[in-house]
Amino acid sequence: MNVVVCIKQVPDPEIPPAQFKVDEVARAVVPPPSVAPVMNGYDAHALEAALRLKERHGGTVTALSLGPPSAREVLKRALAMGADRACHVDDPVLYDADSWLAAAALARAIYRIGGESGRSGQNGQYGYDLILCGRQASDTDAGQVGLGIAAFLSLPALSPVQQVEVIENGRLRVERLTEEGYQVIDVRLPALLAVSSEIGEPRYPPLRGIMAASRAQIPMWTAADLPPLGRKDDGDWPPLARKLRLQRLYQERREAACEHVQGESPADAGRALADRLRQVGVI
Amino acid sequence: MGTVLVVAEAQPRHAGNMPALAPISYELLGAARRLGGDDVVAVLSGTEVRPLAGELAAHGAAQVYVADDPALADYVAETYLPVVEQAICHAQPSLVLLGQTANGRELAARLAFRLGCGLVTDCTRLAVNAGTLVMTKPVHGGSAIAEYVAEAPAALQMATLRPRAFEPAGRVGAKPAAIVGLEVPAAVVAQAAERTRVIETVRQVSSGPRLKDARIVVAGGRGVGSAADWHLVAELAAALGGAVGATRAVTDAGWAPPSLQVGLTGATVTPDLYVAVGISGAVQHIAGCAGARTIVAINRDPNANIFKHARFGVVADYRQVLPALARRIAELRGD
Repeated sequence: MNVVVCIKQVPDPEIPPAQFKVDEVARAVVPPPSVAPVMNGYDAHALEAALRLKERHGGTVTALSLGPPSAREVLKRALAMGADRACHVDDPVLYDADSWLAAAALARAIYRIGGESGRSGQNGQYGYDLILCGRQASDTDAGQVGLGIAAFLSLPALSPVQQVEVIENGRLRVERLTEEGYQVIDVRLPALLAVSSEIGEPRYPPLRGIMAASRAQIPMWTAADLPPLGRKDDGDWPPLARKLRLQRLYQERREAACEHVQGESPADAGRALADRLRQVGVI
Repeated sequence: MGTVLVVAEAQPRHAGNMPALAPISYELLGAARRLGGDDVVAVLSGTEVRPLAGELAAHGAAQVYVADDPALADYVAETYLPVVEQAICHAQPSLVLLGQTANGRELAARLAFRLGCGLVTDCTRLAVNAGTLVMTKPVHGGSAIAEYVAEAPAALQMATLRPRAFEPAGRVGAKPAAIVGLEVPAAVVAQAAERTRVIETVRQVSSGPRLKDARIVVAGGRGVGSAADWHLVAELAAALGGAVGATRAVTDAGWAPPSLQVGLTGATVTPDLYVAVGISGAVQHIAGCAGARTIVAINRDPNANIFKHARFGVVADYRQVLPALARRIAELRGD
């Protein structure tokens, strides 16, 4: 099974609240100097799912990232964890992409990856069997890019996914989370799955993997290197364009400071808290 | 603002329950009416959902598209998508609203990419400013707020709305509903089954109100200290008639099941009251509860970050605070 995993580099969500700053003019987060950006959490879960499928069923895992030069760090980590190869899409025209632009660029990159594998794999005409990504990125929290890639490549897609198993060649048994539990769904390959954290903890890269990854050659593609999908009559599909504009990015001012409810004893404070909540109509 | 189309959701059906709209449907109608006035239409898919069309009309939908078909009993995007597409084709809306629910968020993204329009997910505010729709949502786990507009004037825009972030629509009286039945072609059903076929639907529901719908949530963190003391959190939740939540540290430790996790990798909740017990207030947890109207923090550490988000706080050992708090609440509610 040949799997492509889409991985985004994001600001570390563990940035202490006091250090999280927004540049309202640039409409961007100011990266704190001491905290390096990281692999998006859900994408790490997607990579873990891909590596487990490879361990059980063979095949290859290709890590793909769209982003500035620093995104090579998350690709190196993916290689260190066990991915066979990595591709980096880097072009200033794609920076700060919205979901449409990111999905369009990644769909084209995946189409190219499929072509370079000689359209091999179980699904010959595609050159890949499965695309995995995280259910959403922790910076924009949009959850659209994976489903967009599937739309452009005309693949079945499911999100969010907590479990993946191969039932037979060409079909998967997938558990998709719902509001009340989950659905068990039989999915035809090739397909795209947006993975959630329930799938299991991502592994730590072994030292040997880290050493090897530091020497790895990672190809870099610009927008000009991304071919249109070549299926639609309208030529340049999908268009590398934006649908949304970020008009404003800001931090909400905290409301008045916390009112500390006190009492002669902790139990007394508990009773006073109940009275205060009643007084303001919360309970 | 032209026509606003609301993609309504019905409550999942189980043995015995009556057909009903999901709470998000009323919130979608509420938001749509504030933007679209009377020019609001709705679409609903499922099985045995036709009786709910009148309910949508009574809450402000001038026209209701209904696809009522046994083939739509289980949600899968492949069968629900063509239904919404038919409604869009017929109603020609300028804005389509869905819920930021498990199904709504998947359907919305699939639809937006198919139709070639912009989509902002998880909106907490929609406003029209000088003729332009501004869609506001929390980003970076709630640490920042982003306002999006369409890159270029577009015929169609889409948004999903965070549950409980918008006032639900009230009744508008007994308006005669214009109901349009929609069909799911057999070929679509057959193709959908070949691509994604639901084999089984598993419910995992805890007792008490569901975490995501609860008006009151009592959540415990690492500071609860042990599985043996977890019952104190549950008892306060019971006294308040609320749901129990937990931080990731708690679910990782096995004191509470993973389904109760609130935060970046768990549920996002927006209750009226969120009581945080022994929770330090890490960004990842705050991401899941920042939308609560009132946060109350009970923690021994006066410097815990949670107090920066709380409206009321008690700095003390929760083991002594909680039982007294629960008893006093019972007394007050008994009045």
